[in-house]
Amino acid sequence: MLSFFTRQRIRGGVHAEERKVETATQPIVYDFPLPKKLYIPLQQHVGKPAEPLIRVGDKVLKGQLLAYSQGMISAPVHAPSSGIILDVNDYPAPHPSALPIRMIVLETDGKDEWIETCPVADPFELTPEDISLRVGAAGIVGLGGATFPTAVKLNMGRENHIDTLIINGAECEPYLSCDDRQMQERAEQIIDGVRLMLHGMETEHAVVAIEDNKPQAFFAMRTAAKFFPQIKVIQIPTRYPMGWDRQLIRYVTGKEVPVGCRSSEIGVTIHNVGTAYATHKAIRHGQPLVSRVITVSGGAVGRPMNVEVPLGTLISELFNFCKVNIEDTARIVMGGPMMGDSLPHAGLPTVKATSGILALTQSELKDTDEKPCIRCASCVTVCPAGLRPLDMANNIRVNQLDAAVDIGLKDCISCGCCSYICPSNIPLVQYFKYASGEVMARQQAAHKSEQTKRLIDDRNARLERIAQQQREEELARLAAKAERERLKAEQEAAV
Amino acid sequence: MMVHLKPSSGAHVGAKSSVSQIMWQVMLALTPATVFGIWCFGWPALNLFVITVLSAVVFEAFCIRLAGRAAMPVILDGSAVLTGWLLAMTLPPWAPWWIGVVGSGLAIVLGKQVYGGLGQNLFNPAMLARVALLISFPIEMTTWANVSPLFFSDSPGLVESWRITFAGLENLDASTGATTLGYIKTEFSQNRLLTDILKDYSGFLDFIGWTRGSMGENSALLLGLGGVWLIRKGIIQWQIPVSLLLTVVLLSGVFHLIDSEHYVGPLLHLNSGAMMCLAFFIATDYVTSPNTKTGQLVFGSGCGLLIFVIRTWGAYPEGAGFAVLLMNSATPLIDHYIRPRIYGRDRKGKPLEIPKS
Repeated sequence: MLSFFTRQRIRGGVHAEERKVETATQPIVYDFPLPKKLYIPLQQHVGKPAEPLIRVGDKVLKGQLLAYSQGMISAPVHAPSSGIILDVNDYPAPHPSALPIRMIVLETDGKDEWIETCPVADPFELTPEDISLRVGAAGIVGLGGATFPTAVKLNMGRENHIDTLIINGAECEPYLSCDDRQMQERAEQIIDGVRLMLHGMETEHAVVAIEDNKPQAFFAMRTAAKFFPQIKVIQIPTRYPMGWDRQLIRYVTGKEVPVGCRSSEIGVTIHNVGTAYATHKAIRHGQPLVSRVITVSGGAVGRPMNVEVPLGTLISELFNFCKVNIEDTARIVMGGPMMGDSLPHAGLPTVKATSGILALTQSELKDTDEKPCIRCASCVTVCPAGLRPLDMANNIRVNQLDAAVDIGLKDCISCGCCSYICPSNIPLVQYFKYASGEVMARQQAAHKSEQTKRLIDDRNARLERIAQQQREEELARLAAKAERERLKAEQEAAV
Repeated sequence: MMVHLKPSSGAHVGAKSSVSQIMWQVMLALTPATVFGIWCFGWPALNLFVITVLSAVVFEAFCIRLAGRAAMPVILDGSAVLTGWLLAMTLPPWAPWWIGVVGSGLAIVLGKQVYGGLGQNLFNPAMLARVALLISFPIEMTTWANVSPLFFSDSPGLVESWRITFAGLENLDASTGATTLGYIKTEFSQNRLLTDILKDYSGFLDFIGWTRGSMGENSALLLGLGGVWLIRKGIIQWQIPVSLLLTVVLLSGVFHLIDSEHYVGPLLHLNSGAMMCLAFFIATDYVTSPNTKTGQLVFGSGCGLLIFVIRTWGAYPEGAGFAVLLMNSATPLIDHYIRPRIYGRDRKGKPLEIPKS
């Protein structure tokens, strides 16, 4: 009865059909044939794009730095294999628009030859700052999909004196099982990565949270963490979006992150299991982030699997390897089916954020036949952020974007629960993403016109000032001339 | 190259439910009570039911065509059928055909389509129509047939039923009477006391539905079971029915304890009138009830309070329709003030403060 009055630990959410079995029961596949060409975007992270330091025609080795990070929040990019740089130019991005972004094209030589790496014998001898530096230099970003540079997060953790590090092993998206498989097969390395992160942030405790639909991963991780009392492995209920960082933080610590704050400000930081593994590789073996495990699944996939692929591999090559039936593919999705974006075609590269590629058949997709809203309020019930999606959508439909912002548009996390549950098939998240983009565009336009106005005013003032100056100079010149003539007249008079 | 399909954002998969599924499941839940009601009141009840539902569909199709859209997909979503069905449940079972037609017209055209169709209406269409009929045609709307089940020798046959439906009843007093609530109201005005009024009343018969009233009023048992099934299926939430019934039980219980000769007890309240139909099927209408759980509790209690007040002190023996309409009009207000708290913000929408550690 007492628990009735305490704050609910999980809010909203849905229990979607999991469809993880197809990939979760078989080991990660490592024999993916090295592609002839890799397309490596310079922006695979939140923040500024990396700046290339190679030239077309350069020969590079696997793990060699291709582009360095610029600015406070950025991450470098390394060569996923050895070969020759073919091009640095704009190619279609792995984004619903497939608009071109800057990429490095690498022609592989098939040798897959590593650059000389510098493994560290005892990384706990390193200073915490050094851990951050090495993680940053390895180009590690949040591999759960947020792609925030990990080194920046480690630094923030150290500065804010974090007391709990949460390792996100929820993997709440349906279909995806790459984290599950990694936890089963790489538990010790992940736990090592967690210890390194703790060291890097000077934090005492870590909690590894795993949804209770992954008992094998849980046992593997618990066994691996047995000798490290500072790392606790726990099971959490299976309910999408359990892996939303703020939902997980509230469930594990009972704390709620205020709007506009980073979780480190309330003493918690969260990292993904894949990120912990990448940290282990970077520190222990000196290897930068050049490949990742991707779940390839969906009804149109002949051989669904988790496969380790070099970054920059085209989706079409993955599809060939996994025997995807393109005829049956109604939609290609990058990421999970709840939050992922649909891609227009398969000729786009995989990036650091790519946790999964789904080839979904028509029967798996949600019906797109949009019906009127019947105000059933299912969307209100399932929203983990406490929003009223139906009211927001109504405002957006009549172009009252400010009203939508007033009732919480900016607090939407695009988790997709509302779209998932809607019996009228209203693409609510699509509305919200459109509106957010539009609000930003309008703000920028307003800002721009303000800026233009200011520049025009400045220019007018400047011209006025110059004219004034010229007038003064002219007067001065005339005065000087008069004076000269007067003096001349005086002299002549004197003569 | 594949064609770019919209939407590009998730969720790409979805729950297996649709508007029409919801509507048909509600109808399924109504079926036991409806079948029982039709059996109780015989062929005339079936005639009226069919006429009401069909005319609702025709009015819906007419409005949609008028708006220049294809009528068939809209009809198939089932909402017009459900509105007609619910309306038929609240009409006197032997009412003439035009009551059903006028009622459906009011419900579909005035109650729903003029607001913009499904999901846009402020008032529950069936209740709006019922109340409008009750005020406009008080005689027809309060002439309640005796229970006269199908295939019983005293009950009207098929041919006679057409006469009742299309030509009207001839000998009113022989085959009709008052509902329990109506009877109590009349007798109170004769200064009789409850124990005296209710000496022939059987709570059990009222509960299973062997009593005069509309089809939606007679079987509290079957309607209640249908409602509980809907809650179990997740089609409706428990908040509105529970708060509504609880409010009525509490209020009537307190007044009954204070003065049992003038205030009807909770059980009779629950069994009689359209209480169950209303609590589970009308007040829970998505379109016209609040969005949040807390709002729904407020809405349900409000309905319960108004029903009790109108039944006890009002001029109409049955306050249900009025109560729901009044609370419908309060729904936008409830939704404005009772909102979920946004994550990371307080109830007023300000960001939470960082806790001092």
